[in-house]
Amino acid sequence: MKKTITRREFLKKSMTGAGLAIAVMATPSGFKILSAEEVRKEPPSFSPSVWLHITPDNLVTIVVNKSEMGQGVYTSLPMVLADELDADWKQVRLKVAPADKKYNDPAWGRQLTGGSTSIKHMCQPLRIAGAAAREMLMKAAAEAWSVAEDRCEVRKGVVEYAAGKKQLSFGKLVSRASRLPVPQSPSLKKESMFTFIGMPMARLDIPDKTNGRAKYGIDTFVPNMLYAVLSRPPSYGAKPLSFDKDAAIKIRGVHSVVAIPRGVAVCADTVDAAWKGRDALNVRWDKGVDPNLSNETLDKAFTADLAKKGLIGKSSGDFQKAFEKAATRHEMIFDLPYLYHATMEPMNCTASVRKDRCEIWVPTQFQTAVLGLTEKETGLKPEQISVHTTYLGGGFGRRSEVDVVEEAVQISKVIGKPVKVLWKREEDVKNGFYRPGTSTKAAGGLDEKGRLVAWFHRIVCPSIFSRAMPAAMKNNIDPAAMDCLSDLEYEVPNLEVEYVRIDTPVPVGFWRSVGASHNGFTIESFVDEMAHLAKKDPLEFRLGLLKGRKRASRVLETVAEKAGWSKPVRKGEGRGISWVLAFGTYVAQVAEVSVDKKSGSIRVHRVVCAVDCGPVVNPAILTAQMRGGIIMGLSAALKERMNFSKGGVESSNFDDYPLIRMNEVPEIEVHIIKSTDAQSGAGEPGLPPIAPAVANAVFNATGIRIRNLPMLPDRVKEAMGKA
Amino acid sequence: MISLIINGKSHKVDVTPDVPLLWVIREYLKLTGTKYGCGIGMCGSCTVHIDGKAQRSCQISAGDAQGKKITTIEGIPEDHPVKKAWIKEQVPQCGYCQPGQIMQAIAFISEKPDPTDEEIVSAMNGNLCRCGTYPYIKSAIKLAARGGK
Ligand code: FES
Ligand code: FES
Repeated sequence: MKKTITRREFLKKSMTGAGLAIAVMATPSGFKILSAEEVRKEPPSFSPSVWLHITPDNLVTIVVNKSEMGQGVYTSLPMVLADELDADWKQVRLKVAPADKKYNDPAWGRQLTGGSTSIKHMCQPLRIAGAAAREMLMKAAAEAWSVAEDRCEVRKGVVEYAAGKKQLSFGKLVSRASRLPVPQSPSLKKESMFTFIGMPMARLDIPDKTNGRAKYGIDTFVPNMLYAVLSRPPSYGAKPLSFDKDAAIKIRGVHSVVAIPRGVAVCADTVDAAWKGRDALNVRWDKGVDPNLSNETLDKAFTADLAKKGLIGKSSGDFQKAFEKAATRHEMIFDLPYLYHATMEPMNCTASVRKDRCEIWVPTQFQTAVLGLTEKETGLKPEQISVHTTYLGGGFGRRSEVDVVEEAVQISKVIGKPVKVLWKREEDVKNGFYRPGTSTKAAGGLDEKGRLVAWFHRIVCPSIFSRAMPAAMKNNIDPAAMDCLSDLEYEVPNLEVEYVRIDTPVPVGFWRSVGASHNGFTIESFVDEMAHLAKKDPLEFRLGLLKGRKRASRVLETVAEKAGWSKPVRKGEGRGISWVLAFGTYVAQVAEVSVDKKSGSIRVHRVVCAVDCGPVVNPAILTAQMRGGIIMGLSAALKERMNFSKGGVESSNFDDYPLIRMNEVPEIEVHIIKSTDAQSGAGEPGLPPIAPAVANAVFNATGIRIRNLPMLPDRVKEAMGKA
Repeated sequence: MISLIINGKSHKVDVTPDVPLLWVIREYLKLTGTKYGCGIGMCGSCTVHIDGKAQRSCQISAGDAQGKKITTIEGIPEDHPVKKAWIKEQVPQCGYCQPGQIMQAIAFISEKPDPTDEEIVSAMNGNLCRCGTYPYIKSAIKLAARGGK
């Protein structure tokens, strides 16, 4: 496991004069840079977010406050700092920040990895920290040699004088440097001076991940720990009526049975004993809150709500009037399913709760929530709680929830021993916070010239934010349900966007790209249908609605050019285009598909993607995130759907919730736009455009519009039969 | 007592023979490179070599694995061409599925040193990767098959 350091250890190490330590704090008037000494003197409310420590052993240690779930932050964040510092990449080490408000994201005031924000929020403070330390090291060297500072240079972790006449490594300079005042406005590099930023640097985590050494939450072992597994309600809200504690205890290795709000836990010396104990428990459950809940009841509820008037999320002009007057009118309904995150590492957490201390090992995206929950459950103070963030075997938003932490802390508290709570895949599938299912009604009106003059978009969607972050609700409107709609770039004179909140027992949460994953589909399908109705090329039609929207037009034009949009498609194939702005990043995609007329199965042959996320830190990681997003989005578009029956979740494992496999993965080309616009993220925005690009391509190939996801062969076949 | 030969070492484990080999490897012997993903043979995260063949360790009991030569990701040398190709092509994202992918790929290449694209797909199709590293896996296998060039 990556060793985490506590603030205390960090300060102790740096206070003993062992090296140079720098912290950066966000203040309303900009970033403040501090030495370890100054950090010690600051009031407890003080919250610096970047820690850099250069030690006499010539190592540069960067504390990373973001969770590594595959998106590459353990590489990209150190790169940014190391570049400004002019460190040698080989001397760079990273430490994973413990959960502590000192390591809060400066923009959020929370320790949370999500929303494709790691680079956007951390780049500036990291650069400043590196630049400040670099200036101090230069000054220290100049002092040591009694030469002018401007004749010194830093190269690969070494300060040089007069083109190499004198040289001192960082390690040799830190003790002198640490006695210097910390510069408050160090100058940052110009792009032309970057050594790492913009380069496809190899990821620091890959050797461990290739050799089976990377430690995930599930790989945690603590002395004397027990395994805890839960028997869980089969239907939403069900409570246990009875269970056979004695039968479970009789199993060799079973230690105890503990009922907690989320289920009945069996604790045992070994994981197999815990499972056997759970089987023996034989819990009888009551019927839960909605025993009839099923796909059918949910469909009915969504459809019923689609007829209701919603809250106005956005409007301009007068939709109704314009629609009535329109030369051509078109209406459509889209139904999208609940989706499961399917992190390859199932939920797990190890907790050791003692009277005066608590220690937690967990693959989490949301350290602040882990800490808050643990304080509440144990009554301990934050300084008595240590949270170790392990590697995350996938996150995708699922690990911003702390349900499994609650289980581990509650159980450990009762039994007074460390426990590792381990979910089987079936539990993971059935106990998710799913991407909301949605129903959307869209209507568009064209004038005689085929211009889109009226647009209505009503979405029925469960609310994520009302549970997860109620403060973010805006006039009872969930901002996630309005993704891509509230900041719609298409220019339409008469627009009305409505939101109908539907409440069902099914928990919903943040799923990679959140609302863009459904609204991206409905918007880009709608626009494509309207383009066809207007007898216009889908690309031209879009560009016509995006006049003056430079970045959107540019990704579309780029993707079209790279995909050969103007050239005819191969015989029997279809081509579709789409673009989505999500989390500040513009992504456009073209998909080439063919459809097997007999089976209705869709084959995606090639995807071309263009991305503009502003200045790029690591193009290799960006490309991998685009590809990964496209593949996950394609999996959802073609295959994924949560099924519900008998008041709960019916889906159970990868046999009935299939994910895309290698045989269905197309060639994917990624083109990065050289951009000086605002920097934004890469983890999520690659996902939303693929479903509409494929659906639009299917239309191009077959003349069939697929408005419901997933695009299962049966559905496609049925639609073709009707046409 | 079960006795298992893993990575050339023999281990005596106090476990009932019906427990899947996966859990014995991971939770008893703490060779945690082998991962749990589904427990039903659908994901390949738990892939190990048994007598040189790629097998799902969640689908074989510890009892049945006795006396067989078991190799896990930890038993593959770091300079193995497949591991080297994985690093060169920068395959892993979250990395969780990767030990299984690598074990599958090694067994496959040893049988088919010069695979076609279709052969790669059919050999690797049982291994899921939620992060979508499939294109990188494909290139790494081709690179390893070409002897790293
Ligand atoms: S855990 Fe064995 S195949 Fe999934
Ligand atoms: S790398 Fe994350 S599941 Fe494969």
